Amino acid sequence: MIPSSIMRSRRSPVMMSSAVDRFDDSARRHVGAYGRTVVRENELLRHPVYTRVVHWGVAIFFVLALLSGFAIYSPWLFRAVTPLFGGGAMTRLLHPWFSLGFVLAFAFQILNWLEPMTWKPDDRRWMKDIKGYVNNERPIEPDYVDFFNAGQKAYFWAIVGSAVVFLLSGLPMWFPRTFGRITVDIGYVLHDLAALVMLLGFIIHIYEGTASQPGTFRAMTRGTVERRWAWTHHPAWYRRATGRDPRADYEQARQRANRSS
Amino acid sequence: MPAGTLQIRAISAHTGPIPGRGVQREEDVCKYIDVTTCIGCKACEVACVEWNDMPFQQTQFDNTYQTMPSTAWNYWNLIKFNEHPQDNGAFMWLMRKDQCMHCEDPGCLRACPADGAIVQYTNGIVDFQQENCIGCQYCVSGCPFDIPKFNSETKKVYKCTLCSDRVGQGLEPACIKACPTGCLKFGTKADMRALADARARQLKEQSGFANAGVYDPPSIGGTHVIYVLHDATNPERYGGLPKTPMIPPTYTAWKRVAKPIGLLLALCAAPVAFFHYVMEGPKEPQP
Repeated sequence: MIPSSIMRSRRSPVMMSSAVDRFDDSARRHVGAYGRTVVRENELLRHPVYTRVVHWGVAIFFVLALLSGFAIYSPWLFRAVTPLFGGGAMTRLLHPWFSLGFVLAFAFQILNWLEPMTWKPDDRRWMKDIKGYVNNERPIEPDYVDFFNAGQKAYFWAIVGSAVVFLLSGLPMWFPRTFGRITVDIGYVLHDLAALVMLLGFIIHIYEGTASQPGTFRAMTRGTVERRWAWTHHPAWYRRATGRDPRADYEQARQRANRSS
Repeated sequence: MPAGTLQIRAISAHTGPIPGRGVQREEDVCKYIDVTTCIGCKACEVACVEWNDMPFQQTQFDNTYQTMPSTAWNYWNLIKFNEHPQDNGAFMWLMRKDQCMHCEDPGCLRACPADGAIVQYTNGIVDFQQENCIGCQYCVSGCPFDIPKFNSETKKVYKCTLCSDRVGQGLEPACIKACPTGCLKFGTKADMRALADARARQLKEQSGFANAGVYDPPSIGGTHVIYVLHDATNPERYGGLPKTPMIPPTYTAWKRVAKPIGLLLALCAAPVAFFHYVMEGPKEPQP
């Protein structure tokens, strides 16, 4: 079990209020005490136990809310998806509770990731050059890419935005007699829009976290990544986590690989 | 009118073909309500509660003759009593029988996301099928007349059936049967419309109601419950009857067009991701 010294080193006390920081650190400590992260040679700690538990809590509620929501979203899905939850009426009954679970779990994730997800000037540079990323044109990411790249940040903030829209538009749909018919009519459309944003982002998220980038999924399960994964995808984080130069280490490894082949 | 099971014309949130459509020749039915000869006796209210076996319930006395403020999940038919001050200072008592209007283009059916929870028969009756209802109450916000009512115990929505069970057996609805003045009539839409037009003309020409007319709003394709009003230019006076009832665009343009297109576009991410993998391959850690 690795203490969170690496994680703590990347947070700047200026960026986050000390109360959030304290809560977050104690949550990480307490939840971390129930689990472990084994970091082997040539590996780095990517996500500590707390982060992983929160992420999968969010993920489970997200998928349940997404499925039960899209069952009601479209007549083409209604008959196919509602049996998963015990029929239409049960789907309707459960959906708001799944969603509430998602909102609560996601609130912890926002606190946990507020600092590494903060938008930086470098992120605009990354976004401008997103074509090179999508086309797999560069072997390793630019030096400035830190713990999260701008694409991950954009996904995160899109989910934050849609979660807020979901909550505000979902409450009138949950209690239509309290909020009135007009709020339901408007909320219905906003709820749909948020759902489409989430579905689109979710599909990309799954692809990027699995097939598209081998070695990534384990960061959210075992909590560790290979060092070469770190200098490939997040060089600035590699530099902070190890104190070494990502590009130099990459070149060295490349020469070693060339010599042995 | 045929005796037997009613044939279905439209089903809420249904993707396949509609069974029974066009199988039998069936006339559009219509309930005719002449508010000018209604005496507010509430026989129709009692008949509705009796026929549908709904329990009598406590109500609040609010210094009017109205039984309760609005229709309820177990009270589908309510005479609304409105006192209207005329230009000459005298009061006019406007009584309107409030119930489901059985729209030709029903907002409830358009709003409903549950397959088969709302059906429209080929004779125009719009009926809720509670066993398929999921209790989302979209129909409540889709209805321009505020008719569907939610029962929080059963988590289902209820409303007037136009006595589809009686009509299917060749009988008139219970409220019609109970009406002592003949202000309620039941028949084919064409017959009832002709009767209403004739009565409105009579009110204009012989009774001095220059604005008398028929309420059969074309904005929702007409209704299978029509009113003869003393003043058809101000239907709002009769307990808030909307002049131009509209289905919210949420359940028309958005639900019918934008929703499926949006879903398809969002789902495109899956084949795009798949072919990205096929064409570009994965980003392996380097080297």
